[in-house]
Amino acid sequence: MSSLSRAEVAHLARLARLAVTDEELDRFAGQLDVVLAAVARVGEADVADVPPTSHVVPLTNVFRPDEVTPSLPRDVVLAGAPAAEDDRFRVPRILGEEQ
Amino acid sequence: MSTDLTRLDVSALTGLLTSGEVSAVEVTRAQLDRIASDDARLGAYLHVEGEAALTAAAAVDRARAGGAEPGPLAGVPIALKDVIVTEGVPTTSGSRILEGWRPPYDATVAARLKSAGTVLLGKTNMDEFAMGSSTENSAFRPTRNPWDADRVPGGSSGGSSAAVAGHLAPWAIGTDTGGSIRQPAALTGLVGHKPTYGSVSRYGLIAFSSSLDQAGPMARTVLDAAVLHEAIGGYDPRDSTSIDAPVPGLVAAARDGARGDLAGLTVGVVTELGGDGHRDGYDDGVLARFAEAVAVLTDLGADVRPVSCPSFDLALPAYYLIAPSEASSNLARFDGVRFGIRVGDDGTHDLDEVMALTREQGFGPEVKRRIILGTYALSSGYYEAYYGQAQKVRTLITRDFTAAYAGVDVLVSPTSPTVAWPIGARVEDPIAMYAADLCTLPASLAGVPAISVPCGLSEGLPVGLQVMAPGLADDRCYRVAAALEAAQDAARGHRLLDELVAA
Amino acid sequence: MSTDRLVDLDEVITRYEPVIGLETHVELGTASKMFCGCSTTFGAEPNTQTCPVCLGLPGSLPVANEAAVAATIRIGLALGSRIAPWCRFARKNYFYPDIPKGFQTSQYDEPLCVGGHLDVELDGETFRVEIERVHLEEDTGKNLHVGGSTGRIHGADHSLVDYNRAGIPLVEIVTRPVPGAGAKAPEVARAYVTELREIVQTLGVSDVRMEQGSLRCDVNLSLNPVGAAEWGTRTETKNVNSLRSVERAVRYEMRRQAAVLDGGGRVVQETRHFHEDTGSTSSGRSKEEATDYRYFPEPDLVPIAADPAWVQQLTDALPELPAARRARLREEWGISATEMQWLANAGALGLVEQTVAAGASPADARKWWLGDLARRANEAGTELGELAITPAQVAELAGLVDAGTINDKLARQVLDGVLAGQGGPAEVVTAQGLAVLGESDELVAAVEAAIAGAPDVVQKVRGGKVQALGALVGAVMKTTRGTADAGTVKRMLEERVLNG
Ligand SMILES: [Mg+2]
Ligand SMILES: [Zn+2]
Repeated sequence: MSSLSRAEVAHLARLARLAVTDEELDRFAGQLDVVLAAVARVGEADVADVPPTSHVVPLTNVFRPDEVTPSLPRDVVLAGAPAAEDDRFRVPRILGEEQ
Repeated sequence: MSTDLTRLDVSALTGLLTSGEVSAVEVTRAQLDRIASDDARLGAYLHVEGEAALTAAAAVDRARAGGAEPGPLAGVPIALKDVIVTEGVPTTSGSRILEGWRPPYDATVAARLKSAGTVLLGKTNMDEFAMGSSTENSAFRPTRNPWDADRVPGGSSGGSSAAVAGHLAPWAIGTDTGGSIRQPAALTGLVGHKPTYGSVSRYGLIAFSSSLDQAGPMARTVLDAAVLHEAIGGYDPRDSTSIDAPVPGLVAAARDGARGDLAGLTVGVVTELGGDGHRDGYDDGVLARFAEAVAVLTDLGADVRPVSCPSFDLALPAYYLIAPSEASSNLARFDGVRFGIRVGDDGTHDLDEVMALTREQGFGPEVKRRIILGTYALSSGYYEAYYGQAQKVRTLITRDFTAAYAGVDVLVSPTSPTVAWPIGARVEDPIAMYAADLCTLPASLAGVPAISVPCGLSEGLPVGLQVMAPGLADDRCYRVAAALEAAQDAARGHRLLDELVAA
Repeated sequence: MSTDRLVDLDEVITRYEPVIGLETHVELGTASKMFCGCSTTFGAEPNTQTCPVCLGLPGSLPVANEAAVAATIRIGLALGSRIAPWCRFARKNYFYPDIPKGFQTSQYDEPLCVGGHLDVELDGETFRVEIERVHLEEDTGKNLHVGGSTGRIHGADHSLVDYNRAGIPLVEIVTRPVPGAGAKAPEVARAYVTELREIVQTLGVSDVRMEQGSLRCDVNLSLNPVGAAEWGTRTETKNVNSLRSVERAVRYEMRRQAAVLDGGGRVVQETRHFHEDTGSTSSGRSKEEATDYRYFPEPDLVPIAADPAWVQQLTDALPELPAARRARLREEWGISATEMQWLANAGALGLVEQTVAAGASPADARKWWLGDLARRANEAGTELGELAITPAQVAELAGLVDAGTINDKLARQVLDGVLAGQGGPAEVVTAQGLAVLGESDELVAAVEAAIAGAPDVVQKVRGGKVQALGALVGAVMKTTRGTADAGTVKRMLEERVLNG
């Protein structure tokens, strides 16, 4: 199972919004295969009845009170934007659907 | 003044500053001069504050002259790894994708250091998004090891390690996800500590792997590291994973350890990290220095015994699934919409294409490899076998620690299996690169504190010893490290770093 | 614009069973956002309610809003859900410009509230809608499409993004599939959303204004041949943003899918868009090419372990819920389920209740709100509650009629005055001199003047043509400009003409 085809890498790159080149595809497919073979060793562990650890700190219920704090000034917000128009972030035309 | 201010450790520096023997501007100017003369060779900094640093230093001097006591750290220069967000100061995380970005806010760590009056010298080089163990993955330039300019300074906090070891900063902040403070500290002869996960705020650290990232001190002495750790540590309501508990007395622990008495302390030597049957990939010199250091601990009164942590063998595969998975999600926000660079917005491409082109050109190869690997490990049909399984292995590793700490106070191992390697040697071999983190990964996965302290040279290059302690017992790391440091400094008659002058 | 073939609804249900499912998003009315302190005030200037956290700037971290968690639990409790003793947020990973982090912080396999149900009443029949889950997530920013002729995404030249809405807490309420509604499926869907909206309103956790987008629905629908063991392929119609649209979207999909199936085709599992103007749906992204969201537990937020004592406290503090309230009021007012449904549908329940509380009889209160006031609201194109009259004023009006101060006809004039902002009912009566005249000197004079002024009519009446009296009544009413009570006038005339 631990083998990544060129087509799979292309699919993953598409999912991750990476416009990888053909040359990169070839290289990554090879390298990722090796890495995947190495990391697939996690499968060797006997983890029957072992719960996963998503958080190492045993904290629960960390909340903030529902209080308004100052927002950033808009000129500061938009200063970092690659493109802005009409006080908003400007993006090229969207072809994909809303989720 | 004849003293070279750049060679002093911070304890000495703060003495001179508070007594008024030197001004903050003098100290800062000395550092900036040093950076100007040496950084072209080392490549430790991505951005140097220059005038802004002198202005901040002058403000400290004015405050002192006006009779105010601006705090013990006021006027002490510092370098921050470029993964730490600094308001108005360029922050790139070592990536082209953030080139030119000036953040509108300060990380909690940066804010705490600012309010303590430290003077920001600049932002240090790093592997892009902290992904790497050599700082060769920086999008801008590699950093060189001050001990041997043809070798790597470790990574990903290699800019910070090279800056402090090379005397371009008295100390620095690094971040550690799988060993990125400890390993570069070891490879450059520094002290570097990864705090208990949750004990130093992650707010404003550009996330690599959220469940692993911690910021921590990199310094020339254990005491300096403890001082810096106390300055940045403690509860932060902006970080939901921040632990609301008092920071144990780290400076006190370092002072206590330096007295050289470890009687009553039990030390476990982890078999799986360079012990019998687990020596593949370890330099003989590293193992020899480590063994000598362990003998020193025994001499200091510690009860040393071997401890087996069988699951540590799976730390590397678990880490290289968990970290890329979280990274693939953390790096999704770099889409060229709100900040950073944008590529291909020329009217011929739609948004999806512009996002993909931006990310393609903005990210380097290692980042892309990890994003793809992480995307795969989280994708439907593979999640359980990879990410899910790795999180379970993480539980096993944590259990190994818990079992070990039932019998010993701390665990020790080499910090890195090897000394610093030649630049370029592992660039085309990700697996060899990943192996550099072998010893540091277990503590990262379990979220427990670990320190690297120098324990001698091999082939003329520094070797580090790692001390791991139970969660929130960071003070034990400092105590043991300080004891070893004091004993070895005394034995050789000078600090290990002093040998770098001759190098 | 739609070229879909459609089958008449009557016909659809002779051959197919519809199964509906609803995913409802409710924007909570907290003061601050879900994971940062930015204000949630609606209608602010673009990008003025944003910060590093809700812009997803590098390094920023979320901290969960306690009030939003409490509000979600309260919604769950109101729906009879089980509150999870332990749950987590998850990251839903996908790229879209309105999500600032490249993922939406949501909940996946561990929602805050699990199960429950909502009963909706329709024409005296009760439909049980089972709830699958209630979970907490964050809203997206808003895209404005520029350069296209329609302002829609398609054909636009570029888009502009406002992140003020990004990060506002959003509760998603997901039903289990609802079979068995048959021809009533469109109305059941609408009634469910109506009832859900009322519950949320009663809880006070959201202002649920559909026109401002604080309540949005995704409508799932599938058809299966009558008697078939398996359900058909469903479509998911997105962004159905009014109660009427919910009904229309279900109806349209029933008619469209039936035509597809009748023609031997198969329904494609896909996302569809609802068009408010035509009431039709159109194809969006098909599930075959759907994104793999790569959910995983959010490492930046710690688990929620709702303390049972806290949940109990929230349970004890729940207000009377709409269904219980309706049952109580029906009892108190002695009205039928159908009448109650009219009141509820007209949005008059609370108004009637308050009017009764202000002293009116339930019958009077219902009469005014469902009668004249409903007509006026309808004419003005507003909600009943938006009319410029308070329940207390309606009660006052009813009181004036009861006391005989005014009659029904005058009362309508008084109503006009109140709605025109001329003051309360009593003030309008005084200002316009609209009070019914008793046997005042003024009225006696008017009656006598009428008799004196029409001796011929008096003759006729006395001669036996009693109905001729009407002319005299009319004359009196005219002189008194309608302020006299017609009955009183008639009695006074009879006394004087017949007995005089
Ligand atoms: Mg949702
Ligand atoms: Zn915000």
